[in-house]
Amino acid sequence: MKNAPTPPLLSVRNLKKYFPISSGFFSQVSSWVKAVDDISFDIDAGETLGLVGESGCGKTTAGRVLLRLLEPTDGTIHFEGNNLLKMGSAELRRRRCQMQIIFQDPYSSLNPRMTVGNIVGEALKVHGIATGIELEQRIGKLLDRVGLSPSYRSRYPHEFSGGQRQRIGIARALALHPKFIVCDEAVSALDVSIQAQIINLLCDLQTEFNLAYLFISHDLNVVQHIAKRVAVMYVGKIVEIAPAKTLFNSPKHPYTQALIAANPIPNPSIKHEAKLLEGDVPSPVNPPAGCRFHSRCANAMEKCKNLEPPLTEFGKGEAKQLVWCHLHTSSN
Amino acid sequence: MQAKTDCVLEVNNLHVSFFTDRGKLRVVQNVAFNICAGETVALVGESGCGKSVTALAIMGLIEEPGIITGGQIRLKGQELVGLPLAKYQQIRGHRIGMIFQEPMTSLNPVFKIGTQIGEVLVHHSKMTEREARPEVLRLLKKVGISSPHRRIDQYPHELSGGMKQRVMIAIALACQPDILIADEPTTALDVTIQAQILRLLKQLQDDMGMAILLITHNLGVVAHFANRVVVMYAGEIAEHTDVRTLFHKPQHPYTQALLKALPIPGHERLVPIQGTVPMPLEYPSGCRFCTRCPAVMKCCPQKSPSLQKIEPCHYVACWLYQMKNAP
Repeated sequence: MKNAPTPPLLSVRNLKKYFPISSGFFSQVSSWVKAVDDISFDIDAGETLGLVGESGCGKTTAGRVLLRLLEPTDGTIHFEGNNLLKMGSAELRRRRCQMQIIFQDPYSSLNPRMTVGNIVGEALKVHGIATGIELEQRIGKLLDRVGLSPSYRSRYPHEFSGGQRQRIGIARALALHPKFIVCDEAVSALDVSIQAQIINLLCDLQTEFNLAYLFISHDLNVVQHIAKRVAVMYVGKIVEIAPAKTLFNSPKHPYTQALIAANPIPNPSIKHEAKLLEGDVPSPVNPPAGCRFHSRCANAMEKCKNLEPPLTEFGKGEAKQLVWCHLHTSSN
Repeated sequence: MQAKTDCVLEVNNLHVSFFTDRGKLRVVQNVAFNICAGETVALVGESGCGKSVTALAIMGLIEEPGIITGGQIRLKGQELVGLPLAKYQQIRGHRIGMIFQEPMTSLNPVFKIGTQIGEVLVHHSKMTEREARPEVLRLLKKVGISSPHRRIDQYPHELSGGMKQRVMIAIALACQPDILIADEPTTALDVTIQAQILRLLKQLQDDMGMAILLITHNLGVVAHFANRVVVMYAGEIAEHTDVRTLFHKPQHPYTQALLKALPIPGHERLVPIQGTVPMPLEYPSGCRFCTRCPAVMKCCPQKSPSLQKIEPCHYVACWLYQMKNAP
């Protein structure tokens, strides 16, 4: 890699998404769910950033806010240098050609009343990119590329298995030649043997089209396999970002350590340490003050309860490891 | 296998079929295994391989149009297949406990959790509800629920997913069953909660000496929790051995392929299994894996291989290991 500072494809700064909770007379807003609270990260072209965390930590919300499928509360999102949040709907629509999403559930994310050809070709039609014979050809090529027979175009989603449906979802996302795809638990609903097919397909497409992925998943083994860098979220905040190897071999944040320790590796010879987290994930409605992990952290100190942990950086350049934890502030 | 004396559950030649308008679906074929006291046997396989149906058959919960068409299920020597409903109800929840995948939907939302746990005791141990209460508190403490005096009068929606699964475990273990069937007990839970629940099950097993039949598709959980593993594919047993042999020296091409398809650190590129799991109506003749098998031979589609002992405690159903008998 060159050292010249090429700007990242996607640059997110201080992104926040709060959902109001209304109650009582006149449905006054009584409190906020802080689903995503002040997260920042970059994604380079052709790179995969894994986003892991437990359910309710805000990873799906983060993915949707990036595409402005949900309007963020605060922060900036720069895509190829342009601030997505300042765009009007017409410009946003043009930009969105380059950003797509693949959903978790291949059963509910495809319209059962549309044929596969219409599902895959809809975006091409909407954006006026192809019509008539050209459209048919493009659809055929896309289906072929994701490993489906082009003759399937006139069939309906219910005729396909889970893995095949996920391929249709991928073909739909690829239709507009995007540069960036959010994969929201894209392989979680699939069986192991099918999961491997889809993971390989995603990897091949990435090399072929120089795609950047935000790969959201709760499965650490899959993320470790597919991602170049990994961000760990806990109750709306990112606690650690590092290259995948560094993160899995020498995690620095106590939450990352606990998460990796709890992840069962399919090998009976690797013994797990009995360092288990107690308690449940706190609610994002009233997250603990200070460091949000302090209520479950074995190393919690007095200041963790009041002070938000600052960012500590380890390493340089590509190997940079970012940690938000008080334990590491003194050492650096 | 271990001595027959401490064998808690024996399943022999179990066949389950579903009679539908479109034909007879042979969902479970010739399944046989046993479980001893204090032992954990894992039943693994992909969705639709018949692992849950096997569990339901043991619980006597196969309903129309499904029928157990053959085989025996013995609980400490007592035959369960064909047992009248009233007799079965004395066994279910008493000598066999079961926990399910979805703790969210398995509990009744309109009853307090104390009532739901107590119900098992009232039904099987002939206690009154008042007598059951201290026992329920003891159970709640045992499954690691903090402040049980407050929790006992709460409704399921007031508890988190992990807590609900703990309540389910308390219900399943209330009568100290001989065997606990855990059908995907941690699939709906986060990894850190999954680790807590698995540790709890292990502790309770050490305390009470019950056998566990763990049904899962998560090979990571199997590697750390099971003693023996039964791998199922399309309703049949492919391989049956102890956990170390399974992961380090798998013999059936399906088991080998499954392990290669796993994202494990060190695997550069995954090796997927081609094609998809066939639907029950489309099971191929002969070995049911023959359409996807990388080592398929001429004889495979002709006749289905039987489960053969290739080493002590290692059984494989594959023509590769029984060439002498091949058609």
